[in-house]
Amino acid sequence: MNHDAYDDDYIRGILNGVKSIAMVGASPVNVRPSYFAFKYLAQRGYDMIPVNPGHVGKLLLGKPFVAALSDIGGPVDMIDIFRNSSHIIPVVEEALKLTPLPKVIWMQLGARDDAAAGKAEAAGLKVVMNRCPKIEYGRLSSEISWMGVNSRTLSSKRAPIPTQGMRLSLNRSSLGGGETAASNRAAKKSEPT
Amino acid sequence: MTDRVPGFSTLAVHAGAQPDPTTGARATPIYQTTSFVFNDADHAASLFGLQAFGNIYTRIGNPTTAVLEERVAALEGGTAALAVASGHAAQVVVLQQLLMPGDEFIAARKLYGGSINQFTHAFKSFGWNVAWADPDDIGSFERAVTPKTRAIFIESIANPAGSITDIEAIAEVARKAGVPLIVDNTLATPYLIRPIDHGADIVVHSLTKFLGGHGNSIGGIIVDAGTFDWSKDSKYPMLCEPRPEYHGIRIQETFGNFAFAIACRVLGLRDLGPAISPFNAFLILTGIETLPLRMQKHCENAKAVAEFLSGHRAVAAVNYAGLADDKYNKLARKYAPKGAGAVFTFGLKGGYDAGVSLVSKLKLFSHLANVGDTRSLVIHPASTTHSQLDDAAKVKSGAAPEVVRLSIGIEDKEDLIADLDQALSA
Ligand SMILES: Cc1ncc(COP(=O)(O)O)c(C=O)c1O
Repeated sequence: MNHDAYDDDYIRGILNGVKSIAMVGASPVNVRPSYFAFKYLAQRGYDMIPVNPGHVGKLLLGKPFVAALSDIGGPVDMIDIFRNSSHIIPVVEEALKLTPLPKVIWMQLGARDDAAAGKAEAAGLKVVMNRCPKIEYGRLSSEISWMGVNSRTLSSKRAPIPTQGMRLSLNRSSLGGGETAASNRAAKKSEPT
Repeated sequence: MTDRVPGFSTLAVHAGAQPDPTTGARATPIYQTTSFVFNDADHAASLFGLQAFGNIYTRIGNPTTAVLEERVAALEGGTAALAVASGHAAQVVVLQQLLMPGDEFIAARKLYGGSINQFTHAFKSFGWNVAWADPDDIGSFERAVTPKTRAIFIESIANPAGSITDIEAIAEVARKAGVPLIVDNTLATPYLIRPIDHGADIVVHSLTKFLGGHGNSIGGIIVDAGTFDWSKDSKYPMLCEPRPEYHGIRIQETFGNFAFAIACRVLGLRDLGPAISPFNAFLILTGIETLPLRMQKHCENAKAVAEFLSGHRAVAAVNYAGLADDKYNKLARKYAPKGAGAVFTFGLKGGYDAGVSLVSKLKLFSHLANVGDTRSLVIHPASTTHSQLDDAAKVKSGAAPEVVRLSIGIEDKEDLIADLDQALSA
């Protein structure tokens, strides 16, 4: 698996396939990136579970915080980790103790731990690092195009009108999975050195 | 479903556009509205807090303009773009994100005369200090770097003389200095040169020229390459410090590799206000659909006219990088193999007076201060665009008294040559 540049198909497969997402490090502070992503993914119909031991007893957009993955008490498809690269490994180890196993480990923009990714992949999980699921969902659905962002996709089909809780089609044609010279350079620069 | 990578002409027609969700309209509708209704209070708060994608008010973003933005970002190979009211507005918005009062940027001395004025005078009153360097001497960029340097600014094909800049060499200077390279790609357009492929971090355009292409709308655009790491140090507080105007959001951390384009929109365009009209965005977008066809014809005509002029007895010299014996031909073959553009200058043996006289005798060429129109254009820079510069600065920026600038259109080249011939012989 090349973790420098993901094929759109790989990301699309994950975002089309998962239904529940546990967000580790979710913040109730409404200017934190995790709050943005949590809210957006909930609006797009994912079953979101906030995981943060510092906020147990509170709700995040109506969902109760849990302290740890083992407290979820049911199967979860994807673990979205909003922690720095140095805090990834314990979360992945905890995820790998869940039964049934989650299908996907997703590390946020800026976070990357190749050793942790290797462990998860060895257990049959899919891994995405240094990406934001909100941005990727917005890009593949082209909803992000409202902000002048290059979705790197094309479609000649009529666009849907997004409404609350609606899943959008991510199946537009991709322009080569984002492997532009620029995105490659960006990915290389953000590699830990 | 791994799709083939579409070519440039396909992107020029399709990127960013999709049949309208409500009506199915296939051409991009002109959303000529100031504002957009919110679904409810929570939706409004999400939009204002940058938490949701969507439209608020046309000063900040507009659906017609968004199509233009995504299209130019796709053509340049960038992560995102922001369209603004003019090329000059694009330059202000870009530098506002990068410079605080007392900071510096390095600019190539060979630039559009209006940019030289903007950098020298208008920016001085903001406390942004420009250091000039010579694009023909890469060492002069290295020597201009100081701890206060925040950016380097060059033109890919420089106005007025059509000279070609060694983008990769200057990108290397910027990389070593730890600052972004900004390239004004107006005269090349992404059809001829894609600066991001050569190391640019930010691309700006006057859309007024070849991208719009029909001489009917003023506009500008900023493209974020997504390549610069703003978090490395605290040189760029607009990008990496908590923004009080958004309750403490850090733009870089929230928006990743298109953070610069977002900063330009939510800190630059929102607060400075130079929004493009949706109608202009529509006209420019329509122009871009034929960009590849037009640029081929512009370049073919320009080469024929330059060859004709270089053989004319009244002409002292022709500066067109597409000519085999031109000083910039080697750089043109490297950076712009499809053509050296359609803006160039030539010198008349008769000096300043001959320049003024030629302009008055032309019948097909229009005498005006623009480039990149379907129509062929002519100007005598020394008596117009560059008249505010002193004589030494005129020569340095390629606008000596005997110099005439042409912008070659897409008419029949035989007619253009005949018009120049009669005006030079009369
Ligand atoms: C190379 C270049 N950059 C910037 C500009 C400024 O663009 P605008 O007139 O759209 O503000 C021009 C205009 O002539 C130009 O030629």
